[in-house]
Amino acid sequence: MAEITMTQALNLAIDEAMADDPGVFCLGEDVAAKQGGGVFKITSGLSEKYGENRIRATPISETAIIGAAVGAALAGQRPIAEIMLMNFVGVCMDQIVNHAAKLRFMSGGQTPCPIVIRTTTGVGVGFGGQHSDMLEAWFAHVAGIHVVTPSNAADARGLMRASIDANDPVIFIENILCYGLKSEDPGPGYRVPLGKAAVAREGSDISIITYGRTVLDALSVAADLEKEGISVEVIDLRTIAPYDEATVLASVRKTGRALTLHEAVRPFGTGAELAANIQEKCWDSLKGPVRRIGGTFSAVPFASHLEQAWIPNKADIVAQIKASVGKD
Amino acid sequence: MAANAKEIDRDKLLDIYTRTMKVNRTDEKFRALLMQGKVAVMYYCVRGQELVSAAAMAALEKDDYVVCTYRGQGEQTAKGIPIEKWWGECLGKATGTCKGKGGTMHITDPETGIMVTTGVVGSGLPIANGLAMASQNNGDGRVTLVSFGDGAANIGGFHEAMNMAQLYKLPVVFLCQNNRYGEHTAYADHTDSPNIASRAAGYGMPGVTVDGNNVHEVYPAVKEAVDRARRGEGPSLVEAMCYRMMGHFFGSDFSYMPPEHLAEMAAEDPLPKLRKVMLEHQFTEEELDSIVDGINAEIDAAVEHALAAPLPDVSEIYKDVLEEVN
Ligand SMILES: Cc1ncc(C[n+]2csc(CCOP(=O)(O)OP(=O)(O)O)c2C)c(N)n1
Repeated sequence: MAEITMTQALNLAIDEAMADDPGVFCLGEDVAAKQGGGVFKITSGLSEKYGENRIRATPISETAIIGAAVGAALAGQRPIAEIMLMNFVGVCMDQIVNHAAKLRFMSGGQTPCPIVIRTTTGVGVGFGGQHSDMLEAWFAHVAGIHVVTPSNAADARGLMRASIDANDPVIFIENILCYGLKSEDPGPGYRVPLGKAAVAREGSDISIITYGRTVLDALSVAADLEKEGISVEVIDLRTIAPYDEATVLASVRKTGRALTLHEAVRPFGTGAELAANIQEKCWDSLKGPVRRIGGTFSAVPFASHLEQAWIPNKADIVAQIKASVGKD
Repeated sequence: MAANAKEIDRDKLLDIYTRTMKVNRTDEKFRALLMQGKVAVMYYCVRGQELVSAAAMAALEKDDYVVCTYRGQGEQTAKGIPIEKWWGECLGKATGTCKGKGGTMHITDPETGIMVTTGVVGSGLPIANGLAMASQNNGDGRVTLVSFGDGAANIGGFHEAMNMAQLYKLPVVFLCQNNRYGEHTAYADHTDSPNIASRAAGYGMPGVTVDGNNVHEVYPAVKEAVDRARRGEGPSLVEAMCYRMMGHFFGSDFSYMPPEHLAEMAAEDPLPKLRKVMLEHQFTEEELDSIVDGINAEIDAAVEHALAAPLPDVSEIYKDVLEEVN
């Protein structure tokens, strides 16, 4: 079977959904052919196929973009809105948090808001402080939104399809450093259900709970540690919120140890919620405290050695695992 | 009648009168209930602005969409939300439009076309664009009207939405109810341009300021904007000059509103003016009174019903957060 990159996977999923449902349309800055098919080429080729009403290149107006997506969703369509970089969600937070997330609830279920907000970010690209943040915790903290991020191309295809199907708002976070990752193409119609984690690697000594690009680090560390006789299980959440609690707790009950890992800064991050919940629910199985790894609590720096020092690295992960299993 | 006034036919006048009085009687009733201590909820008075909402709603078709604000009682009742459901929601009852989970500031009733009532100033305009975009995408011929205050015109979303609507020629009508105040801040203390409508020119869109107390100005202006939108010619901004004759919300202090100005504005009260127009059109006092009596009776019954209605079950807090998928 052919391999596809994550970029292709996302493009295929959107293309397929647009072909299947005339209510699916995209809007965002630079998304149409005239502007080059999206900064990261995710919508490349689609405006030629579906026209400029269904691939709407917008002004630089994040509030208007998300507001339009919300309104169109209330009228029964399934918009996919692109916020070019995740840091810019600050500009349209009102539309996401006060409107998209709450209109189902506040209307007593009458006006669900099925929108997908695609956005991209990632540390390690040299974009500096205002273009690199992982802000998933902001959204995970708001009831009424799904927060999704793929760690490989096949999942990207399946999660995007499921996100477009979902009858609620989805924040779909794409890590720039993952766009080039290749997987075997799972083929048309492939869906990865929201809210289902993947056991990316089985192990018995410790569970790493992570998502997005850091899944790659976790898998790489797990492979290295295998040689030293430490067996690491890697859980890829895929959906960060609401997350697959059953899979996480089952894994921790099995291994007795847990480490949460994410690129977002550590304080008040999703790792804190995961750790607290694991502690409460798996206390009897735990052989030690749940450990947390996240980014440094500062803005993402520009100089590449600083940026590399900022981001959790494999050495940190190895050190924490060894400390946890008592082999440091 | 203004010399350049466009004539409105008798049926339409009667329609506007009925809607206006529905808004006014609802407002009076709400204030009475609050004063009597029978209910204790936030209520944003629409006294002085009744005609604007009523005439605007009369310019729409039944299935057109509306987005309004916490001060949306006028749009909601004039567009035709079943009033028992409206009162139920305002009193937080299970029988309300939103099962008591929205409340006075968040009334939604898609069947009536009331798609969003927002408590966040200025945030309705971008959403109205989206409703209009959906209509444009699927060719359903609907128009979306969004109502907001003068204060909202200074929010970023206002400007983003105006530009986007004009760019795509969306079938949307922006209705600014310039009631001269944004909470405690008078118009001149928040905006230095003479009016809001002139901003439309900056986006390439028609903009007009009308006397919101004159039915012969409000209705034709909104109707023209609605027709234009329906013809596919794009959005318009209509600014209706009116006056919030009470504090920001009912019971709030309004000492910052100069009494002389209040007195002056009382002379502009849209209700006696509308009544005069009706009489000029050979409606009789008796006919007009009997319409109001009918509305009062309907409202009284709806309020009794709402007061007696059950509260939502506590389990409702867990429902409608996300779609329940089993
Ligand atoms: C974004 C935002 N800022 C502040 C407020 C608090 N607030 C509620 S109503 C209001 C005044 C709005 O005035 P205007 O838009 O003229 O509408 P009006 O109340 O006169 O109908 C303010 C400041 C709010 N709800 N939303």
